[in-house]
Formats: sequence, C-alpha cells, structure tokens
Amino acid sequence: METKGIYTVHEFTLAVKSILTTGILNDTWIRGEISNFTNHNSGHRYFTLKDKNSQLQCVMFKWYGKNLRFEPEHGMKVLVFGDLDVYEQKGVYQLKVRDIRPDGIGELYKAYEQLKNKLAMEGLFSPDYKKPLMRFPKKIGVATSPTGAVLHDMLTVLGRRYPVNILFIPTVVQGDSAAESIVKSILALNETDVDIIILGRGGGGIEDLWAFNEEVVARAIFNSRIPIISAVGHETDYTIADFVADIRAPTPSVAAEIAVPDRLELANHITRLWQRLIENQRRFISDRKSHLSDLEEDVEPCLFVERLTRHIQFIDDLTLRQELSIGRLIDIKKALLDANAGKLNAVSPLGTLSRGYGITLKLPGKTLVQSIEDVERSDEVSIIVRDGKIRCNVNDKEECKWK
Amino acid sequence: MEMSFEESLTELEGIVDKLEKGQLSLDESLMLFERGIKLVRECNTKLKSAQQKVEQLIVENGGCRTEKFEVD
Repeated sequence: METKGIYTVHEFTLAVKSILTTGILNDTWIRGEISNFTNHNSGHRYFTLKDKNSQLQCVMFKWYGKNLRFEPEHGMKVLVFGDLDVYEQKGVYQLKVRDIRPDGIGELYKAYEQLKNKLAMEGLFSPDYKKPLMRFPKKIGVATSPTGAVLHDMLTVLGRRYPVNILFIPTVVQGDSAAESIVKSILALNETDVDIIILGRGGGGIEDLWAFNEEVVARAIFNSRIPIISAVGHETDYTIADFVADIRAPTPSVAAEIAVPDRLELANHITRLWQRLIENQRRFISDRKSHLSDLEEDVEPCLFVERLTRHIQFIDDLTLRQELSIGRLIDIKKALLDANAGKLNAVSPLGTLSRGYGITLKLPGKTLVQSIEDVERSDEVSIIVRDGKIRCNVNDKEECKWK
Repeated sequence: MEMSFEESLTELEGIVDKLEKGQLSLDESLMLFERGIKLVRECNTKLKSAQQKVEQLIVENGGCRTEKFEVD
C-alpha cells in the first residue's frame, strides 16, 4: 500500500485548500438566508448563509462591499455571489462573497442558470473555441448604446492608449428589442473589416442586463467570425454573453485596454529593442577588435624574435642535457667493460702461453690435441707458443703415466 | 507594399533575438543591425502618426454604409 507520510496540520489544510479552490466553485451564485451578520470595524462583513439543512460561512471584504446597493441584515433572503475559499487559520471553508442581491427575482436567476448549464453542456464556453485577439488591431467594432457613458469612456481609453480606427454601431442594450438589436449589430460588424468587436453596456440590475442572458445573443457571439470582448455591467455582473465571449472584460474601459496595446509601453518596448541592438552591435564589434589585436600581437616581429630565442635556448638546453647524460652512460659502460676484461684475462689461454706452455692443434682442422689418441703418426700439427706457431709432423707417440 | 506596424515590430524583435544569439558573420550582423535601426525608426514614426478615426455603421434596407461619427 502506498504511504502518504504524515502531514502537519498546516500541510493538510493547504492540501485541502488546493483541492477545494481549483476554481470549480468560483463565480457561484448561492441562495440562502443571512444570519449572524457582523459589519466589522475593519470594513469587512461576516455572516452565515443558511437554509433548512445547511450553513455556509461567508466573508465579504470591504473592497467588494462598496458596490453593495443595500445593506444586508439578519433574516434577509438573498442571492450571494462569490468564490469558495479555505480560511487556513481555522481550517474552515468559506465563501468569499463579491456580491449580494435581494432574492426577489429568483425566477430570472433560475432561467439564467438553466440556459448557462445548457450552453455549457453544448461546449459554447469551452476555451477551445476562444478566438485569439490580434496584438495590433487596425479597426475596432464597438456595439453599444449611442447614449450613456460607455461609448465615451471606451473612445477616451482607446484614443489615449493606441489610436485606431473605430467603427461604432448604435445598439439597443436594454428592453424588449435589445437582444435582437445586439444580434443584428454582431452580424453587421461581421460583414466589415474590423479586427475585434467590443460588446458593451453599463451596470444595472439583472433585469437591465437581461438581453445579454438570452440564447440568441449567446449564439450570435459564439458564431461570430471576429473575436468578441464582452464588457457588460460591473465587475460582479456575469452574463451568459460573458461566458461565450472570447474575452470577458469586467468593465467597458477595461475592454478598451484589453483590445489595444498601450502606445507608451510600445514606445518603451521599441526603445529597449533599440538599446539592445546598439549594445549588441557594440559588443560584437569590440569582441572582434580584441580578437584581432590578440592575433596582431602574435605576429609582432620583436615578440616573434623573443619567442624564437626562447625556443633556441630551450633546444640548447636539451642538447647539453643530452650530451651530459650520454657521457655518463659511456663512463658507466667503460667501467663495466674494464671489469669484464680483467676477468677474461684471468681465464685466457694467452696467460698459459706467457707462463711457457704450448697449445697443440691438429691440422688441418685445428682441433685441440689433448691425448695421444688425438693424433696418428705423420699427422701435421701446429704448436702455439708465447711468440708464434711451430708446424711439426708426428714421428712417434708413447703413452706415459704422469701422476 | 508598406509593412504594417505589427509586421515591422515582429521583424524587429526577431532581428534583436537573432543578433543576441550571435554566431553571425560580421557582414550579416552589420546588415541586420542596419535593418533593425531602420525598423526602429519606422515603428516610432508609425506609432506617433497613429490617429483615431471614428465612424458609424448604419444598416438600412439590407445594406450597410459608414459615416463619420462626431464624438462630443
């Protein structure tokens, strides 16, 4: 069995947190009743959301709370929007609340959830279908209301960041004809040469944004050939259009920022590229210069002579050492030879001759005569003595016992 | 045909990368350097001369036309 080792409490809590906060339970609407509501001095709000069977700890940090259009209170039936989180110190899971709405329009949310699930099942929200945005669009299509701050805000941001051509199509974004108008605008812009479409609308209640939750709009966005940035309502308003769009921008101004790069940043980027070019070229040239001067030094005449002299000296040195060692070798060999010559002399027959003895050889083979058996009468022999040879014929032989 | 800003910038980024990787002959390197400096100039000019032009798309009788849109 595989062992998992032993966790510390903190490690275990972190492991739990990593399982619970993968994002599956992010951006979730939950219906319930508020209890134990505390508006803390810090500006954060803490409460429990409960129904008949369960309770859920909730925290709403003050930066989200400032968009609240009402103050929640104990016993209020609400819809809460937020992400699942784990509060490590206490080891409890809780909802990080980003929006709270009164639960008077529950039916709209039901319809919203149903359509959202249906389209999700069909894969309309899949990242596989998200079209990438062009890095430097030349023309941007804007579909929004001709009145209101949205268009003005977007044009201001676009003009400041990166002036491009803008094709604006007046679009009804609220009321009964809104869905049809949005679909028409998307289709019309698809017939033009715009590189990106921004679909925008200011904030409002779920009823005001309803057109962006309709199926025809979702399908028009999905079928658009041109990538669409949705910028509907405030940061906490999630419409179906946001899920289908290629990119969701929390507000129309952010949509404009996403659509185009910033001219100043680009200018800085180009300046950095220019500096890298110059720096690189300078280094390239100076590397080659120093390499060249190294090579030059190598062929410089006086350095060359010096190196040559060094070589000559080295050779002289070698020669001397060689001569010395050979002389020593010869001395050793000579001493060895003298010693051996002395020994040889001691056993030499020449010694015998000098003491007055002769050596007899039988001719013509010059075999040594050591016995009377070695010669016959009238054989020719040669007797070697100290100062020469005597040639004789054998006249007679006689056996004697000398000892 | 004149290159777009995007094409110029992409080529410039490629040239800087190539020069920084090295292993080029002196001639190649000088040629790329010259081209890079030219692209820097072009990019800056294009960036400075960019203008915002706002048009309105009007759909009528099944056709489309555009007209200048006055921003208030």
